[in-house]
Amino acid sequence: MKHLRSVNRKAQRIARTADPRNDVVALQGPAPTPQPHIPLGCTLIFSPGWEADQNGGTAGLCTPVERDIFDCHEGCFWPAQVPDQLNHAPDWTAKCASAQKDWRKIDLVFP
Amino acid sequence: MSELALREFHSFQAAGKDFVYLVPSAAVFELDDSSAAVINRLRERNMSREDLARQLSTLFPTSEVAETISELLRVRAIGEIGVPEQKAPKVLPPENFPLTTMVLNVTNQCNLSCTYCYEYGEDKIVDTENGEKPKFMSEETARQSVDFMLREAGNNKVAHLTFFGGETLMNFPVLKAAMSYARERAAETGKQVDFSLTTNATLLRPEIIEFLAENRVGVTISIDGPKEMQDQFRVFSNGKGSYDIVAPKIKELLKRHRSRPIGARVTLTSQTLDIRKIYRHLTEEIGFWDVGFAPVTTSPSTKYAIAESGFDAMLEQFRALAADFLEAALENRHHGFSNVRDTLEEIHKGVSKAYPCGAGLGLMGVSTDGDVALCHRFAGSDAHRLGTVRDGIDRLVQIAFLEKHHVDDKTDCSQCWARPLCSGGCYHEAHTRYGETAHPNLHYCEWIRGWTDTCLKIYAELSVKNPKYLEQFDEKVEHEASEVS
Repeated sequence: MKHLRSVNRKAQRIARTADPRNDVVALQGPAPTPQPHIPLGCTLIFSPGWEADQNGGTAGLCTPVERDIFDCHEGCFWPAQVPDQLNHAPDWTAKCASAQKDWRKIDLVFP
Repeated sequence: MSELALREFHSFQAAGKDFVYLVPSAAVFELDDSSAAVINRLRERNMSREDLARQLSTLFPTSEVAETISELLRVRAIGEIGVPEQKAPKVLPPENFPLTTMVLNVTNQCNLSCTYCYEYGEDKIVDTENGEKPKFMSEETARQSVDFMLREAGNNKVAHLTFFGGETLMNFPVLKAAMSYARERAAETGKQVDFSLTTNATLLRPEIIEFLAENRVGVTISIDGPKEMQDQFRVFSNGKGSYDIVAPKIKELLKRHRSRPIGARVTLTSQTLDIRKIYRHLTEEIGFWDVGFAPVTTSPSTKYAIAESGFDAMLEQFRALAADFLEAALENRHHGFSNVRDTLEEIHKGVSKAYPCGAGLGLMGVSTDGDVALCHRFAGSDAHRLGTVRDGIDRLVQIAFLEKHHVDDKTDCSQCWARPLCSGGCYHEAHTRYGETAHPNLHYCEWIRGWTDTCLKIYAELSVKNPKYLEQFDEKVEHEASEVS
């Protein structure tokens, strides 16, 4: 690193591992560049127990209902119904560290 | 073309240079002119690589800007918009995490009646007077506790056994018995046990001092400062102050017990906030090696609770004493303000905590009847019990605790740059303030951020002017592990 000086031990470790020259490992291809997650089409993933429990009700869902809201854009059940987190509302879920606890804090987004 | 934006960090200046403290990695980097310029431009608005290069073209060649951007991207000080941040998944510590420190509450009785005491005062969790817990730990329970500790220490070579109370020395015979049993059992299991205790010093007698010195027992003394401050809260049950009793005994201890550094532990209240004065008295006049300060734990309504303005005043005082620390450190002199040293060590290593402390994990407290609790402050509380020394830890209770108290579940902390070091703060403080151990200690956020900023600046300045000084933090100094407050 030329423009950053690693000051503490953690920084030194990061600098070492983040140096692309140290990244070559046997049988390893080039590191993939991180790509944005782009929802394509509708669901390919089915979270079992998502819409009904084994009795046909909603009391015993194996996935808490609040999680659906994240499935809307990450598992893409309904890609159109949540704010566009890539461009217009990047901080949409900023107040929601834990979906099961904080889902009420996710507010509407106005364009 | 994708735009670049700042990621999470805290920037600060020291020794005339720019630094960043990255969150959540807890890495500290010094910026050169070009990286500082890139960050400053991105502070105004998000922009693409090309825009940045164009805007900075009069100052730096395009290739240098590109290089700087890629370095900043690599350490995640900046990121591309639209590329999700790679969040570390919430991982619980492995099962059977080794126990490093066991705090043994050998008694819940005390010969002092400090008004602010969390064990005895208005905020107590356990009924120490009429409760079902025995007032003194029996020798048998102490021995069972030692067995428990060595069992739970796993592959650790050294186990730390800390004696606590009540007033620890009111049960000196059991302390002695526990130590000799621990030595014996440790030798059989190929381990070592390190001993320490916390005391109010009222019961230090020559033979006890002799014993502590001979057995290299680490000693922490609870004391609040000069006479007028000590006697305000640290009183006997008849209201008489304890300074005149403890001061000569502590001097005697410091004279004889030279095998380990002896520290003072000060409880700060709204009425005793003159930190420099306290520090000077305890080091220069009494002779302590180091002094640690902690604000009193209490509900906000008590008259000695430190109010918001008090936290500001306290921060100013901490900063003034920290400046003395820096001055000493630059000249390689010892300074005993242990709050700074502890924080510098954590900054140096770059700890990023999932939990505020080791309670319920590497540290546990044992009550007089052998119940195992999160830590010494919860010892004896049924609601915070993890098991017993006889039957071991209830792993389901422990996992549920760790699941619930992870920093990833503290929404208030999720946007705070100081969370790698604070992680929400003391469970006991939270329990007293909010009635809930998992609640972040929101009443002192500003103070924590202010203090962390101060320590970061000291760290960075030392890294420029006296980097050798920081090497002492590479290896943990053994005696510090035993401090319990």
